[in-house]
Amino acid sequence: MSLVRDSSLVWLASGIVGVSFGAVSVAGGLPVWVPVVMSLVVYAGSAQFSAVGVLLAGGGPVAAAATGLLLNTRTAAFGLAVADIIGTGRASRLLGAHLVTDETVAFALAQSDPVRQRRAFWISGLGLFAVWNTGVLAGALAGGALGDTARYGLDAAFPAVLVALVLPQLRADATVRRCALLGAVVALAVTPAVPAGVPVLLALAGLFLHRRRPVEAAA
Amino acid sequence: MNASVVVILALALGTYAFRLVGLVLHGRVEIPARAQELASAGAVVLLVALLATGALTESGGFAGWARPAGVLAGGVLAWRRAPFVVVVLGAAATTALLRLAGAG
Repeated sequence: MSLVRDSSLVWLASGIVGVSFGAVSVAGGLPVWVPVVMSLVVYAGSAQFSAVGVLLAGGGPVAAAATGLLLNTRTAAFGLAVADIIGTGRASRLLGAHLVTDETVAFALAQSDPVRQRRAFWISGLGLFAVWNTGVLAGALAGGALGDTARYGLDAAFPAVLVALVLPQLRADATVRRCALLGAVVALAVTPAVPAGVPVLLALAGLFLHRRRPVEAAA
Repeated sequence: MNASVVVILALALGTYAFRLVGLVLHGRVEIPARAQELASAGAVVLLVALLATGALTESGGFAGWARPAGVLAGGVLAWRRAPFVVVVLGAAATTALLRLAGAG
């Protein structure tokens, strides 16, 4: 099935990033349970990396949590975007909310019809959760034995995954394309000056270019 | 309480609240069509900003040439409608080879 095949590469890449998260945390002096439990209950890669980074740099728990939370504010917008895909059932909402990540949202939105979007969300979300947490556990147990994961070029794989996933929407809609371009320029311009997580939020300023669609024939 | 426990709890509860609020708002209040249009455009804007900053920056500075070159290679493959697996492996391989050759 093509959804599983396409997801599995994201899983593979995430698993390896998870291994490096576990390894980095333990090599920095945290006990094994910290990266493992954090991955299960927080389940947001970039926020976990920054929170542990701040913690290991001696920034204190408040700064560590605040940095991670700032990075995760975007998930509220993602929740709104995939609400229709997840549906209105209580259980599916409570579980689905925890599975909202950049990759899974992008993967679900990239599908063409609602049934496929729903399947894509759950396949990608559940698979990613399983693989990410397994990777973190393996990395935490292996410690520093893995070496520098940058050598495998994985840091390029993630932005490339996002390119592949948003490209269909950028091709189809010139308005969204203009907004996204302005947003990316804003985000890049402010990156050196503001804390992690803020550039992406400021990118939403790109929506100023989003004009109201001309009203079509009355429904 | 130990500092790690505080960080994990605060981050877990806050993150889950952010994730749930979008889902719950969607059903409870009547969201105007215009706002929904902006929300779905906003998701794409966020993803593109993430990929741009992820491709080009690292800890507030330039990430070096190897990573954006790999992402660009992946982008070209995606533009030419290469299969997903080729896009991802092409990007990682390009960056890995450039690093092997000594690029940052």
